[in-house]
Amino acid sequence: MKPVVEVDKLSKLFRLGTIGASSLRESVERAFGRKKTAPTAAVKDSRIANDRMGPEPNTFWGLKDVSFSVQPGEVVGILGRNGAGKSTLLKILSRITEPTSGRAILRGRVVSLLEVGTGFHPELTGRENIFLNGAIMGMKRAEIAAKFDQIVEFSEVSTFLDTPVKRYSSGMYVRLAFAVAAHLEPEILLIDEVLAVGDAGFQKKCLGKMDEVATKHGRTVFFVSHNISAVSALCDNVMLIDNGRFVMRDTPAAVISHYFSSTLPDGKESDGQVVWPDDASAPGNQFASLCGIKLCGPDGIPQNTFEADEPFFVEVHFKARQRLRGARFNLQFSTLEGEIAFVATDHLYQFEVLEPGEYRSTCHIPGKLLNRRKYRVGLHFGIPGDRMLIEQADYLEVTIGGSGNQATIFPDYSWPGVVCPAVEWHVERTPEAALARSAG
Amino acid sequence: MLVMAEVAAPQEYEIVIQPSRGWLNIPWREFWEYRDLLFLLVQRDFISRYKQTVLGPLWHLLQPVITAAVYVVIFGGIAGIPTDGIPRLLFYLCGLLGWNYFSQNITTGGATFVNNAHLFGKVYFPRLIVPVSIIMANVIAFALQFIPFVAALLFYKLATHQAGNVHLTWYVLLAPLVLLHVALLSFGVSLWLSASTAKYRDLIHLNQYVIQIWMMATPVFYPLSLVSHKWQWAIWINPMSVPVEAFRICLLGHGTLHPTEIIISTATAIVLAVTGLIAFQRVERTVIDSV
Repeated sequence: MKPVVEVDKLSKLFRLGTIGASSLRESVERAFGRKKTAPTAAVKDSRIANDRMGPEPNTFWGLKDVSFSVQPGEVVGILGRNGAGKSTLLKILSRITEPTSGRAILRGRVVSLLEVGTGFHPELTGRENIFLNGAIMGMKRAEIAAKFDQIVEFSEVSTFLDTPVKRYSSGMYVRLAFAVAAHLEPEILLIDEVLAVGDAGFQKKCLGKMDEVATKHGRTVFFVSHNISAVSALCDNVMLIDNGRFVMRDTPAAVISHYFSSTLPDGKESDGQVVWPDDASAPGNQFASLCGIKLCGPDGIPQNTFEADEPFFVEVHFKARQRLRGARFNLQFSTLEGEIAFVATDHLYQFEVLEPGEYRSTCHIPGKLLNRRKYRVGLHFGIPGDRMLIEQADYLEVTIGGSGNQATIFPDYSWPGVVCPAVEWHVERTPEAALARSAG
Repeated sequence: MLVMAEVAAPQEYEIVIQPSRGWLNIPWREFWEYRDLLFLLVQRDFISRYKQTVLGPLWHLLQPVITAAVYVVIFGGIAGIPTDGIPRLLFYLCGLLGWNYFSQNITTGGATFVNNAHLFGKVYFPRLIVPVSIIMANVIAFALQFIPFVAALLFYKLATHQAGNVHLTWYVLLAPLVLLHVALLSFGVSLWLSASTAKYRDLIHLNQYVIQIWMMATPVFYPLSLVSHKWQWAIWINPMSVPVEAFRICLLGHGTLHPTEIIISTATAIVLAVTGLIAFQRVERTVIDSV
């Protein structure tokens, strides 16, 4: 059988710092040779590996010589760190942007779902938006009309069909948008992170629908997600991309374990502590950088094993290199399988303005919250709605042990669940006579 | 059943993705495939503009009347600019027909990439659909704008004896051609503006002045006959002069145009449209990496 997708040495070159349109003045200055320096403010970015640098200064390969082929009916997951090139690959395959070199052949209609509800117009009604959104995705009017009832049924918003979607709740909006997408019938479906929205029940329904699309209808699905459990449940095989290059393609289990073993960033790591002695290797940029992260008990000595009953601290030591307004950390605890246990932010406790200098932000993790298992500790630092200062990454692993706060008689087994918080129970015996009276 | 047939024959579709070469490859076939989207976008533009307004599409009727009334006071009453013996209101309404269609087209069409950056970043469809849909949607506005003009024309012709130089001639049949001329010209200008504003955001701020100045240079509120020989060249380099004056010839039976001017203006429109297409396509390939 001919592969439905053939990708041959696909590469894409980006210019550093030109994320955001250039200004006329710059071009004019460049044209008249008045500006001798680089065209855009060169960001010295240690995160860009040397082999990713492009042929000219200030360029880098978003994607470099990626080749693979996919058979009809395969569901391929794409894994990789932030900035590894996953989204660039999807954008090229969905023809949103052109590659710099190489080529890809797609045999069949392609629909890319890089977001749900693309092109929804707030003033139009649900009904009007179904048609508009379907057409934007490449459906013919007749096709949409034929599936209209199914779409409405799947979306569960039939009573609000003639209401403008700006009056919808976000849940309804997402349901309607996904319903349209789920009823497209392309041979190739490209999906990026769209399941991150919607409530759990609807997410499940969507995953089921995708599974059905792939297995029953034999369509090819590309699935980029950070939801590792969804990736391993849905995908036949998974492709790992790092630094813009193809790394491996194997069964979900093999790739996921490789992915996790390779994602702890460099740094001088000892138990319960990671320290970056020099600025060059530290995660960060010209705005802020990390100096170190430490897990410790009240004694301040770094350690990587804690009792489930006992509280502990996560200390983040960082440097503000410029005056920052409204910056905050998001601390993220996730399981080794990649499921997020919880995220905590210092948003409410952080200074409104950080003058340049060194800071320490400490998070108190209460006892009787985590389960007895291993967690990965990650964080990102940013100014919400403005810019990302340090991208999300996992830095440390921590083991929670002890008897656990809901002590079981089987010490080797923990309770299921990503966390195991202390909850209160109240048990009492109700008088039987009272029960009988209320029943009568 | 049609749906099933299409899905069952995937071999029909083979998409090759590679860096594009050449100056001009218009995806005609694809454009045709997406014709339903074109009509839905036309519908969207029209509907969404008037949702939650009390008067709705009536604004299309009111807006030129208000503008023309202001002109009657300022350009006619205060400045005293003659109108070739045509009732002032009628003269301005006629001038605004072509000009409004043009300026609406280039204001929205000229920001195609900037206004749709989000959409273009998430899904592929032939990008040309957007400027074309804008030009089509504005034809509806043009048709509505025609109503007050016709009403005024009938009023002056039938109810009063002040119609002056207004004559209905067979030229009226050429009016659609003039509209087509404006459509082509504004298409070309929109493409150029879209391409340049995508690359240089600064130009967005310039656009509104360009439109204002352009209007001053176009015989909307003065007749071409008023332009002295010394300034004739200004009319020649402004491709909008000809259609605005041509509307007057077609609809009011009065105006001054030389065949050379018509040829120059048409040629300009064609050149702008073709070069605009080239510029637009150069930008659309990778615009999403930078907007």
